[in-house]
Amino acid sequence: MIERSFDVAVIGGGPAGMAAAAKAAELGLSAVLIESRDLLGGVPLQCIHPGFGLHVFGEDLTGTQFAYRLIERVERSGAEVMLRAHVHSVEVEAHDEKVVNVVAPGGVVRVRCRALIYAAGARERTIFEIGVVGDRPAGIFTAGEAQLLMDLYGVLPGREVVIVGSGDVGLIMARRFALEGARVKAVVEIMPWPGGLMRNVVQCLHDFGIPLLLSHAVVRVAGRGRVERVVVARVGEDLRPLPGTEFEIPCDTVVVAAGLRPNADLLERMGAAIDPATGGPVVNELLETTVPGVFAAGNALVVNDLVDYAVEQGERAAEGAKLFVEGGGLPAADWKPVARGRNVRLAVPHYVSGERGAVVYARVERPERNVLIRVPELGLRRFAAAVRPAEMVRLELPRSAFEGVELERLTLEVVPRE
Amino acid sequence: MSEVELVCIVCPASCTLKAQLAGGGLEVEGAGCARGVEYARRELTNPVRHVMTVVKVRCGDLPVVSAITSKPVPKSCVFEVVKATANLEVEAPVELGQVLLENVCGASLVATRRVRRVSGAGCPASPANP
Repeated sequence: MIERSFDVAVIGGGPAGMAAAAKAAELGLSAVLIESRDLLGGVPLQCIHPGFGLHVFGEDLTGTQFAYRLIERVERSGAEVMLRAHVHSVEVEAHDEKVVNVVAPGGVVRVRCRALIYAAGARERTIFEIGVVGDRPAGIFTAGEAQLLMDLYGVLPGREVVIVGSGDVGLIMARRFALEGARVKAVVEIMPWPGGLMRNVVQCLHDFGIPLLLSHAVVRVAGRGRVERVVVARVGEDLRPLPGTEFEIPCDTVVVAAGLRPNADLLERMGAAIDPATGGPVVNELLETTVPGVFAAGNALVVNDLVDYAVEQGERAAEGAKLFVEGGGLPAADWKPVARGRNVRLAVPHYVSGERGAVVYARVERPERNVLIRVPELGLRRFAAAVRPAEMVRLELPRSAFEGVELERLTLEVVPRE
Repeated sequence: MSEVELVCIVCPASCTLKAQLAGGGLEVEGAGCARGVEYARRELTNPVRHVMTVVKVRCGDLPVVSAITSKPVPKSCVFEVVKATANLEVEAPVELGQVLLENVCGASLVATRRVRRVSGAGCPASPANP
């Protein structure tokens, strides 16, 4: 067994983890980045479409190009990288001492660290989680699997495709299938609005004449050996299929794009509190979980729709780790809860100190036009022409906003503009 | 030209626009701001899109390399790009930004991934000179 010691260990070599490890090293900490695959990059490595990095690099890059930029930053930073390294478990030995048990090609490595940044990403929801019954033949993929097959390995998973759910990856894959000569019969979305960004609805579906069936659900898959058709029904306001509205769509492939869930199992085993609204950990403004010195960032914290936010969270967690390592803990007198007000489905972080600025990431429950996004206790308000569940709201709470304000809690709410 | 319905993608408001080119002018209904009118003008007069695809690679550590057009191409030309690349094959190694195909719809196709060379049967350690 090998023992190694670092100020900070980062689990997960995607955008959030790469940004966290690089930033920690840039701040003068000794940092190790632990990745289970044989290369860094994470999800963007299989994203060959543009739209990445407009905020971080000020350029419109493909996911792959974006990943290489971050890999170069990690290399320059001096952070150590462990590849093909699986995290088995984490032992919290003391307030500022954790041991990450890693199974690596050279054997078992015990990585001793004072702060830990958890950035293991999210997993896709599967067909088993969205109430689709029927046969289980070949030809059912998650959107990410289809993307990996097509865009990393050049394999077309099928020719006649129905996409279940209209999350961004599903929309992106609808376009990829159409471009590579497959026929996308429909994108079926249970909600009355699309799950992905509107620019993806327009450029991936409208451009290729792909029908988007809103308020519809795939209720059954049928096929012997291979998918032969799906049964689709309209749903009512309770999202349950309406009897008598079923129809069939013949197809050989079903792609499930039903959203992501943070990979929080390891955090739960460490004893971190989980927010049911995000599926990720409860955190403060430096993205520290309820386990002192354990931070979370990226899709493991909350499912983001822009990679830029994952990078920002990674850097924020690294700043937290620096404060923690140098001060033996985070110096905050009092944490105030961030409450979810009107039309707010989720909000991260869950606690703020008021002693430094914070960034809040939130999603609304339902689309709404002509609204104010506001925090009444701080007198902060921002106009938005529209808000949609698919587009994350990012709100900065500057340090100055807290000055001279006595606070018990903050409320984030979305209200109609008078 | 008849009326076209568009969804504006400039901001999350996602205004539904009704637009038509009539008598040399542009008429747009439903735009919440001037940027929506500009979006409709672009979509009606000269819509352009980036095209991304994958191209076969010989002797690489991956069987394909991802690629994108060097600049957006006319929307009507999108399928010409993928047809031109369907039977294209390049030899590893492939560097980021390497031009894989020139002059397609006024753009070139550039690699967006690095593919290393793997030597083996039919694949000498360095590529044969073309």
